[in-house]
Amino acid sequence: MNPKKIKYIFKQAFKSMWRNRMMGAASIGSVTAVLIILGFVLIVVLNVNNMAMVAKETFDQIAVYIAEGVDEDQIEEMGKAFREIDGVMAVAFQTKDYALESVKKDWGEDAILLQDLRNNPFPDTYIVQLTDVSKADEVIAKLQTFEGVERVRYYQDAVNTLIKLADFVKRFGAGITIVLLLISVFIISNTIKITVLSRQREIELMQYIGATNGYVRGPLILEGIMLGLLGSLVAILLIMLGYSYTINYLAGRYVALISGMSGYLVGVEMVLDDLIIIFMTIGVGIGILGSLVSLKKFLSI
Amino acid sequence: MIEFSHVTKIYKKTFTAVKDINLKIDKGEFIFIVGKSGAGKSTLIKLLLREISPTQGIITYNNQDINKIRKRSLAEYRRKIGFIFQDYRLLPKLTVYENVAFAMEMICAPSKNIRREVPLVLSMVGLSDKAKYYPDELSGGEQQRVAIARAIINKPETVIADEPTGNLDLETSKEIMKILAEINRRGTTVIMATHDREIVNFFQKRVIELKSGIIIRDTRTGGYEDEPEED
Ligand SMILES: Nc1ncnc2c1ncn2[C@@H]1O[C@H](COP(=O)(O)OP(=O)(O)OP(=O)(O)O)[C@@H](O)[C@H]1O
Ligand SMILES: [Mg+2]
Repeated sequence: MNPKKIKYIFKQAFKSMWRNRMMGAASIGSVTAVLIILGFVLIVVLNVNNMAMVAKETFDQIAVYIAEGVDEDQIEEMGKAFREIDGVMAVAFQTKDYALESVKKDWGEDAILLQDLRNNPFPDTYIVQLTDVSKADEVIAKLQTFEGVERVRYYQDAVNTLIKLADFVKRFGAGITIVLLLISVFIISNTIKITVLSRQREIELMQYIGATNGYVRGPLILEGIMLGLLGSLVAILLIMLGYSYTINYLAGRYVALISGMSGYLVGVEMVLDDLIIIFMTIGVGIGILGSLVSLKKFLSI
Repeated sequence: MIEFSHVTKIYKKTFTAVKDINLKIDKGEFIFIVGKSGAGKSTLIKLLLREISPTQGIITYNNQDINKIRKRSLAEYRRKIGFIFQDYRLLPKLTVYENVAFAMEMICAPSKNIRREVPLVLSMVGLSDKAKYYPDELSGGEQQRVAIARAIINKPETVIADEPTGNLDLETSKEIMKILAEINRRGTTVIMATHDREIVNFFQKRVIELKSGIIIRDTRTGGYEDEPEED
């Protein structure tokens, strides 16, 4: 690559971008849109996964629901047996009445809704306190083998919900991202098409002359790259602003919540580097793809 | 050096523009391709430039099937051929000098070669004093001379011109022809499509006449006479 060629390629690319700035803006906007959606998905998934992990480490209580119809003696026996399990620190019993009462208390005025309940739907429950979270899976496995145990509830319910949520966001986001990706490639290829048409005589001439490929394709591919890159830079800026604003907003509004769950949210600075690399790569990728699609179609001679 | 064998081009699946063309052109020849409008002259030239590909038949250049050239190597092939358009196709924002230099830049020629070669070629086509002019400040004949300079600056083996004098009067056309003859004298093969009888008759070179896409005449040295039924 000689300097003359580089100069020519840049000059032509910038000239075309300026001459064709409306389409250029549309191209940049479409790339930005893809990346913002993608960024939103990534951040949500990242945070939800993080929450799930933190939750796993924090919750050290297991709720063991006792099946209906197990008598008091049996329940007492079970409690004793639970205490014997390796990894269990303490065991506390909660009657179904207690559970109902505490829910009523939580619901306040809405508790009227529970008034008509004929049967107490809550089970008798043992709350098992673990010595160490790492023993959780082992202990759960043992608890489940007891007769009269209806269900063992651990963090896993909450965590599973989170993971399902993350999964949904991932799938849904991936779908939208792919569709938007194709749209941006299409828009960029159209922008490049307009450039090819507006420089048609020159480009044709170059092809008749037998110009080096770089001279013919260089400016067009560079234009695509720059559109993609600009789109990704705008997206990075918007995502970062939006994300840090959201975190600050949550922190300001739910101070207690945040201080209690400081570990739950992933900080902006944690994701910045990766996001910049991912976004710029995808932006440039879309740009190059758009250019190539157009070149294949319109460099006919 | 150039050979068409059984070449047929059918446009849009139905219109046969040239049919079963068999043609051999040796290195250093000067050839006129003549025929009425629509006879298929430009089609023949476009086939040779690989702007279009034949529906049937094979075209070889230096024994290479030009339609087997990969897209990547197409530029290399095109550099063997200098092409002159009827409408000059100069870049309007570049001077005469820059228009000619453009062709060298596009193949990454070193700057010092460009500075050496461009003035030489401009003097050959008699435009040394107009190097700094822009195309719209030149006459048609002068513009075509710039285009010729651009076509030969990279020293092609073959120069192809499609009605290079189509927009010019007879006097100016003869000046252009003199330059093409000089290029041919120096060893370059020249292929020129035209329907200008006076020029063809004046030069007495090989003439290939097309009629409705078929070669009806191929004479070594000859003119381009009126057909009895014509006009
Ligand atoms: N791309 C195309 N699609 C369909 N038909 C075409 C195409 N190009 C040329 N033709 C037809 O092929 C025939 C030959 O065209 P061509 O341009 O080769 O003629 P020509 O001899 O160069 O004529 P002229 O002297 O007017 O330049 C014409 O009837 C033309 O209409
Ligand atoms: Mg023609």
